Amino acid sequence: MKLGFSAEDEAFREEVAGWLADNLCGEFEGIRYRGGPGDEHSCVPERNAWERRLSEGGWIGLAWPKAFGGRQASIEQQLIFNEEYARAGGPGRLGHIGETLTAPTLIAFGNQAQQGRYLPGILSGEELWCQGYSEPGAGSDLANVKTRARFDEARQQWLISGQKVWTSLARESHFCFVLARTDPDSQGQKGLGFFLVAIDQPGVTVRPIEQLTGTSEFNEVFFDEACCAADDIVGKAGDGWRVAMGLLGFERGASTLGQQMLFQNELDEIIRIAKANGAAQDPIIRQRIADAHIGLRIMRFNSLRMLSAQGENGHLSREAMMYKLYWSSWHRNLGNLAMDVLGPEGQILEDAPYQLKRLQSLFLFTRADTIYGGTNQIQRNLIAERALGMPREPRGSLK
Amino acid sequence: MEFSFTQEQEMVRETAATFLAEKATSKAVRRVMATESGYDPALWQQVSEELCWPAMHLPEQFGGLGLGYVELMATMEQMGRFLFCSPFLASICMAANAVLLAGNDSQKQTYLPQLAAGTTATLAFTGNSGRWDAQGIDATCTQAADGYHLCGSYRFVIDGHTAGFLLLAARAPGTAGEAGVSLFIVRADTPGITRQLLPTLDQTRRQAQLTLDNVWVSADALLGVPGQGWPVLSHVIDLATVALAAEQLGGMQQVLDMTVAYLQEREQFGRKIASFQALKHKAADMMVKAEAARSAVYYAACVADDALLNSKQFDALREAASMAKAYCSEGYFFNAGTGIQLHGGVGITADYDIQLYFKRAKSSETLFGNASYHRERLAELLLDAG
Repeated sequence: MKLGFSAEDEAFREEVAGWLADNLCGEFEGIRYRGGPGDEHSCVPERNAWERRLSEGGWIGLAWPKAFGGRQASIEQQLIFNEEYARAGGPGRLGHIGETLTAPTLIAFGNQAQQGRYLPGILSGEELWCQGYSEPGAGSDLANVKTRARFDEARQQWLISGQKVWTSLARESHFCFVLARTDPDSQGQKGLGFFLVAIDQPGVTVRPIEQLTGTSEFNEVFFDEACCAADDIVGKAGDGWRVAMGLLGFERGASTLGQQMLFQNELDEIIRIAKANGAAQDPIIRQRIADAHIGLRIMRFNSLRMLSAQGENGHLSREAMMYKLYWSSWHRNLGNLAMDVLGPEGQILEDAPYQLKRLQSLFLFTRADTIYGGTNQIQRNLIAERALGMPREPRGSLK
Repeated sequence: MEFSFTQEQEMVRETAATFLAEKATSKAVRRVMATESGYDPALWQQVSEELCWPAMHLPEQFGGLGLGYVELMATMEQMGRFLFCSPFLASICMAANAVLLAGNDSQKQTYLPQLAAGTTATLAFTGNSGRWDAQGIDATCTQAADGYHLCGSYRFVIDGHTAGFLLLAARAPGTAGEAGVSLFIVRADTPGITRQLLPTLDQTRRQAQLTLDNVWVSADALLGVPGQGWPVLSHVIDLATVALAAEQLGGMQQVLDMTVAYLQEREQFGRKIASFQALKHKAADMMVKAEAARSAVYYAACVADDALLNSKQFDALREAASMAKAYCSEGYFFNAGTGIQLHGGVGITADYDIQLYFKRAKSSETLFGNASYHRERLAELLLDAG
């Protein structure tokens, strides 16, 4: 057990930091620190250009195998990249769903044609992806998918109908991966398919959802006989759940370290304000700031354990299973701490009609953290059942 | 970067787990708990001679095995898991570390091989105030012919009534805070020292009161530079704190495991109570605490290893120790308290072991400063500098 990186990895860190210093400037100066959670709608043209710049630098597909055009970087190098990216104020990635979810899924479960068609667009930063899992009736109970996929023999393509919800980046994306029911008589995890669907077509309508922040990161996506080529189903009809769950397994990775650098940046700002406005003299605030510091440092050590344990065995380690519950609770508490440090000034907006300051946005948007991607309650179920081996709650029979 | 146990470290942990599962059973702990010494001397001898735990992290030139703090942490975790009653924390994590950090070569040569072989010792610094910082030291030392005179008293001294050697912190009269502190090593039977066992809430760890009535010690009992003992003593306390946090981690993991096992066995309303979400969610919260604590403790042990090789790392150790102690103190207490609740009525009986862990959780939380104390230390680093 040892901390610290090899000389080779430190050289890689310098390479990354150097490239970011040379490129994240000029036309891209204005998007530093932008586009993160709660701000995903901002500066889209510039962030699109930034995706292509990243691609030119060879920074997309860092983790992918070389055979698919990636760098096949070690876990250490992936986390170094993510840390340096966040440290430099790298903007929220428009291409991260394609790069970190679609691509590994296609590499693991897709066929050659799908890999050949979709990976190059992700690698070049030109084709963006969004995720079509949740539905109005399928939130925590994700398998309760009602969206249907029907194979039209005459047209030799899939026709998809239904509604997805909470879809981030749907307006900016070119494609959506969609979990849909291929067997109309099935229910639950059986009879599903995993489809690759173009957004820009008559059968797809995207409608933004206005959130408590006044902004609209999330969307509803309506499918009305949306077309999907016969070959754009990943795996077979009926395999959808397996593919969809495989994809979720790719979610926890080196990018968690980058997320933590953003959190550190937020905590640093709170500390700066506390020192300036005198809140740092308040013994309770002092305790809470120290507690936030401890929580964030532990989050990092936890990620390092998680990454060190990767590859040791197939199943998720305990530290991986607790990760979502841990960070979302921590971040939500940080939002509240930010408001208590700001005091009355926290009530005054940046501008009318409803333009939030960064920490106000943090306060409001972190309420979503403990809900999306599996609520804290669902996370606790997963921990109790999968890590602790406690029995499942019997399933209800209400139809 | 490899933030997991090596095969050898895994073996150290396995050995400790297997040994303690057999020797530190509930029955054995309860038997030892009722004795005045609070530990089993025969078992301690076996641990010292066969498993060489006291020698573990001490350098080979002083009779140690030359392993690291990570190995010590892995063993300490298992001791906490089984509520092993032993002089290890006081003798090794406190006293031996004090000799290692503050002693000169000849003092190390004199004392460390004895401690490595299992001779017991402890470190006393806190007086009646119960403070764990420099302000807590109120025993005094005055220079005398060929040595020093020590006066005053110490309270909450771990294993103070049985230790063979005493490491004593004392201050020059008229000094306060971090100034004027010196560190001494004396035999516990030195004339003028009175030792009194204090009955404790946590029956698995003994505490004593030491009273020094003008005790004369020779000049070579002094460790380090007279009057400048605090910085090194604070490093010793940080090392001991990391070890204690590892012990807390073991306790919180065990409490979780015991509780889940109980929930799996107990039936109400025609089903295993482990299937109720209200209880599953509590158990999940306990696991989150245990895993987060594990991450904090592993990190702190790595930093302790670094600090023992390079004294510049002691600043990082201060932060790491406070993070681990703050988190583990609240986490252990949360897990033990929740554990009692989830056990229901049997949780408050003497028969079930969960109550022993609950008491240990509180005593460990208090020892070397509770979570608030350590958070304030961190707040000073974060908010008061610059």
